[in-house]
Amino acid sequence: MSRTITVFKRELAGYFATPVAYVFIVVFLLFTGITTFNVGNFYERGQADLMSFFFFHPWLYLFLIPAISMRLWSEERSSGTIELLMTLPISTTQAVFGKFLAAWCFAGIALALTFPVWVTVNVLGEPDNGVIVASYLGSFLMAGAYLAIGSLISSLTRNQVIAFVLSALGCAVLVAAGSDWVLNLVRSVFPEWVAQTVASFSVQAHFDQITKGIIDLRDLVYFGTLLVACLAANAVTLNASKAD
Amino acid sequence: MIEIQHLTKRFGALTAVDDVSFDVARGEVLGFLGPNGAGKSTTMKMVTGFLDPTSGTAKVCGHDVVSDPIGAQRKIGYLPEGAPLYGDMTPRGLLKFVAEARGIPASQRAAAIDRAVSRVHIEEVLNRRIDTLSKGYKRRVGLAQAIVHDPEVLILDEPTDGLDPNQKHDVRELIREMSRDKVIVLSTHILEEVAAVCSRAIIIARGKLRFDGTPADLQAMDPAHGAVSLTIGQAPGTTEALGESLSAIDGVARVEPLDAANGVASFRLYPAEGANVFGPLSALAHERGWEVDHLAVEDGRLDEVFRTVTAGDARS
Ligand SMILES: Nc1ncnc2c1ncn2[C@@H]1O[C@H](COP(=O)(O)OP(=O)(O)OP(=O)(O)O)[C@@H](O)[C@H]1O
Ligand SMILES: [Mg+2]
Repeated sequence: MSRTITVFKRELAGYFATPVAYVFIVVFLLFTGITTFNVGNFYERGQADLMSFFFFHPWLYLFLIPAISMRLWSEERSSGTIELLMTLPISTTQAVFGKFLAAWCFAGIALALTFPVWVTVNVLGEPDNGVIVASYLGSFLMAGAYLAIGSLISSLTRNQVIAFVLSALGCAVLVAAGSDWVLNLVRSVFPEWVAQTVASFSVQAHFDQITKGIIDLRDLVYFGTLLVACLAANAVTLNASKAD
Repeated sequence: MIEIQHLTKRFGALTAVDDVSFDVARGEVLGFLGPNGAGKSTTMKMVTGFLDPTSGTAKVCGHDVVSDPIGAQRKIGYLPEGAPLYGDMTPRGLLKFVAEARGIPASQRAAAIDRAVSRVHIEEVLNRRIDTLSKGYKRRVGLAQAIVHDPEVLILDEPTDGLDPNQKHDVRELIREMSRDKVIVLSTHILEEVAAVCSRAIIIARGKLRFDGTPADLQAMDPAHGAVSLTIGQAPGTTEALGESLSAIDGVARVEPLDAANGVASFRLYPAEGANVFGPLSALAHERGWEVDHLAVEDGRLDEVFRTVTAGDARS
């Protein structure tokens, strides 16, 4: 556990050692802002809630989150520091978990810095703050799931650009699985239960539930399973391919 | 403290390390030699638990590197080839991280870091980004992180590569100093380094162990070892005539004329088994009144032996 924290601290400090972290946070706030106010018509809706803020997160995260996760392992592999890290008395699981937690924490910081929109709705009206807290939690969980996918993919290549593109694609598949377009396509070929299964794999459905303020165990289990499965696969692929 | 048995590593069709076995005991400084691509780094990566062997075992202080990698890694200080470091950190930050990861208690960390820093002389760059350091300083930071926890086993892949002559000297001193209570394995392409710091040398080529012995044994493998070399200025008579009179000396098995130029003649005299030719030769030179520029018993040249032992084995 303490070794996980050691890795976590180094990694998180690493984000802020270069201007990249600040640039990322600015871009993150910019895009969440644009989608909320311009695309989501925050004011025109005349509702004191953050629906238009959270609505776009599954899509926004498609490119924002892989930008965080792409360097997790690709950079270690291309610079050779993976050899330094993996010959310290730290297990692969501790290293994977420590680095993932740092990335998740960083995403959490970026998300937390969107608090002015929360303040805004509270000034303008009387929103259901319970729903908003739940939505923030859902958004954070979704970021974690995306990061776990990104971390896994980043361990498979030493090229950060490839890691970014493949992670974005991977997450896109996971979101799109819940869209009517995909489900109708599936229905046209397979029976209904297949379509239902596909839909249950989608991030969208689970995220939507939580943003309604309903924190259902099934949704938590979904995100938790996705996260743990990806990180476990991450440790396995890393052990198999770290020296290539 | 290091026990390696039948260690083998294959990368697809390529056998990088092929059935290598050897033990290293406390107090030994083992020099690992071999042409490029011989499998030196691959062997070190397996001993440090970075790579899993295809077959065979490696144990460090009794800990098997496959079944108990963490146990083995605790005992090891490792400088990987090329000294990879986190470029966006400062040496101080990196050493703190490694000290923490190595499990040095918080109260002793600062002292451990200070000790490592002063041993490799990186005080003046401690707070600069590693990215901006010169190659030699990066190598020194790599060394510092390898010794910060005062490990029992030190594995250094080309530790003096990229260092200036002063630093090379310092690092060799450091290795000698630390060798008393440790096991040190280092790889190098500088053969004099082996003679200077190692108590034992191993040569591998194409993954196979070719030599295991002391640097002196290695030198003795040169056919020229024990031969007497002679250089005469203002050579009296032809090289052939001189050669004949040298061959006539008691105990000389063979005379090899070396390059002759500007009236200077050079020979190498190979003694017959157990014979001493140095005495009779200097007597003859004295008697004939030759102007002797150089007369010496040869130690044998490491680079000659290295070439013979690894002949035709260069691999990309
Ligand atoms: N991850 C890998 N995948 C495939 N082949 C590899 C890998 N690592 C090393 N090799 C090959 O294994 C062989 C041994 O390499 P190694 O790095 O151990 O050589 P070395 O003795 O350290 O050489 P050098 O003196 O150049 O450092 C080489 O042919 C190399 O190309
Ligand atoms: Mg090497």
